Amino acid sequence: MKKVLVLGATSAIAQATVRLLAARGASLYLVGRNAENLEAVAKDAATRGAAKVDSQAVDLNTFDAHEALVDGAFQSLGGLDGVVLAHGVLGDQVEAQRSWAATEAVLRTNFLSAVSLLTVLANRFEAQKAGTLVVISSVAGDRGRQSNYVYGASKGALNVFLQGLRNRLAKSNVAVVTVKPGFVDTPMTAHLPKNKLFASPEKVARGLLRAADSRKNEVYVPGIWALIMLIIRSIPESVFKKLKL
Amino acid sequence: MSSPESWGRYPRVEQTTHPLVWRSDTLPSVSGTMLPHGLGRSYGDSCLNAGGTLLLTSGLDRLIAFDPATGVVRCEAGVTLDTLLRLAVPRGWFLPVTPGTKYVTVGGAIANDVHGKNHHRGGTFGRYVRRFELVRSDGSRRVCAPDENADWYGATIGGLGLTGLVTWAEVQLKPISNPFVLQETVPFENLDAFLKVARESEADHEFTMAWVDCLARGKKVGRGLLYRGNFAPPQFDRLPLAKSHLSHGSGLAVPMDMPSFCLNRLSVSAFNWLYYHRQNGKPQQRLTHYDPFFYPLDAIYGWNRIYGSRGFLQFQCVVPYATARDALKEILERSSRGGLPSFLSVLKTFGDIPSPGWMSFPRQGVTLAMDFANRGEKTYRLVEELDRLTREAGGAVYPAKDARMSAESFAAYFPRRAEFAGYIDPAFSSSFWRRMNPVTLPFSLEAERAAGAPQPQSVLALR
Repeated sequence: MKKVLVLGATSAIAQATVRLLAARGASLYLVGRNAENLEAVAKDAATRGAAKVDSQAVDLNTFDAHEALVDGAFQSLGGLDGVVLAHGVLGDQVEAQRSWAATEAVLRTNFLSAVSLLTVLANRFEAQKAGTLVVISSVAGDRGRQSNYVYGASKGALNVFLQGLRNRLAKSNVAVVTVKPGFVDTPMTAHLPKNKLFASPEKVARGLLRAADSRKNEVYVPGIWALIMLIIRSIPESVFKKLKL
Repeated sequence: MSSPESWGRYPRVEQTTHPLVWRSDTLPSVSGTMLPHGLGRSYGDSCLNAGGTLLLTSGLDRLIAFDPATGVVRCEAGVTLDTLLRLAVPRGWFLPVTPGTKYVTVGGAIANDVHGKNHHRGGTFGRYVRRFELVRSDGSRRVCAPDENADWYGATIGGLGLTGLVTWAEVQLKPISNPFVLQETVPFENLDAFLKVARESEADHEFTMAWVDCLARGKKVGRGLLYRGNFAPPQFDRLPLAKSHLSHGSGLAVPMDMPSFCLNRLSVSAFNWLYYHRQNGKPQQRLTHYDPFFYPLDAIYGWNRIYGSRGFLQFQCVVPYATARDALKEILERSSRGGLPSFLSVLKTFGDIPSPGWMSFPRQGVTLAMDFANRGEKTYRLVEELDRLTREAGGAVYPAKDARMSAESFAAYFPRRAEFAGYIDPAFSSSFWRRMNPVTLPFSLEAERAAGAPQPQSVLALR
């Protein structure tokens, strides 16, 4: 990935990924909501060696703007060969159970906005018969649990969408990489008590880029989560529904 | 989550933490006081805030700009010196002043106005800080520079993080033409010999420092090895410059707290004897990469754990040349007699280049740093004794490495303390600052007792 569009560039995992890409001398088009924070990430990338950095502050929940956004990225960098889709919200499960509006907000950001963006991007990449689409999903999408099934559902739906997209784009030489991080120590999880399973954004970013470089399909980062989720997925539903997970 | 520790792991305190993410964010409203905390490389309690909040600055780690033509770098306060080296060295620049570890933040380097092996030539880190932004708990933001908000600039450099939060800073780097250092090692047999060879070395060497065998006695008090060096001249082949940055240390790490019996008088004196005698008493010269030259201990990740879970106490003082010989002899003998081995003791001379920081520690004279395994009261008494000897010699103790100096000593060491106190953010404090400024009673207990007043049950009852 030499010319990369990063969606949700101010998220912790995206920032760590941007640094690695910048150190490789990639050209970057960064998108985030807060203009001032986005500028901080852009300057950091430029100082660390990115060949070119452009940015645009936009709320990705404005779906109408997606087509123009992608156009802008292509024009700015003179083409695109990589996308890192990293925006998302954790939401509040308790709040979501009480209110459809809260549930809808999580689904809009994590699933619908991603689908809208990927629809535009997939068509462009399919036409140019090249490129890598890297999407940050979550282990939470592997199985619904009472503690965060709304977030989990948004990521689970995203995973299925990506499977289909991968299937469709395989013949066009476009890679679709689903990255499933476990717990990551970021501002998104700042309120949660930390344990040994929490990984740093830097570690996740390294795993993400390794997967993108080798055009993997689905990866767990760190790898231990493949085993953990294998176990979680294999618990029979009759038992699982009685667990407090 | 366990509360952050200082590097010496003493004292241990409970405090809450608040991670900072963006330099544009406002400071949190907390109950009690707050204190910026970078990588916790200060040894004692100056980076701790018992019962309060630590503002974790490690998230403020973005670079803002670097001009390879002028060597001016602007970055957020949580950026480490390691990050700056990775950026600067391949482009022919180096830190103007660096402490013995690169795992400190720029904010921490400002707050402690750190010094390095080149103090006699370059002074302190603060001299190269062109400007920075200071955010106060009242929401105000000011850019501070020698000619802009100069009072805040002077109060914040060496200000122990108490004047507010530094969000970003601009530092002037210095050019190098080679990442290698031409290093010479010169043995000296006692303190007098050190003073002589150190002064001689200053003329031709940018970097000097000496390891001292703090268990040597009698005529050998203060014997050791002086390291002096300069960056090597340019190379014909530019390739090694670009590839110069070695990976993190040697990969060695201290995996757990070492049991205390590993460090005793015998093991330390055996180590010191071997270390001193390994080059047969003759000077040696060699070319060495800047990484092991400046940061030998960084190669062993978590080296503070060799002192076990009780941690250790650092003591670093500077004494004027006039009293240096006698005072340092006394300090070295006292610590040696104390039977508490200092594993690594370092001597260095400070020049007369003034710092812009009002509370800066370095001043002209000779500085000695020692560390002592924490053996409780015995160790505390020794360090307090060394503090007293330093004060009597007209010297000063380094707050970043202190856990035991007295409030009286602090006032004597830092004559601009009262002026500085007026610049402390009302919402900021530290364990160190409270220890140095105990609550003063509006009347004197001594005077009351003399006047025959009834003795109060407890001092606490009076507050």
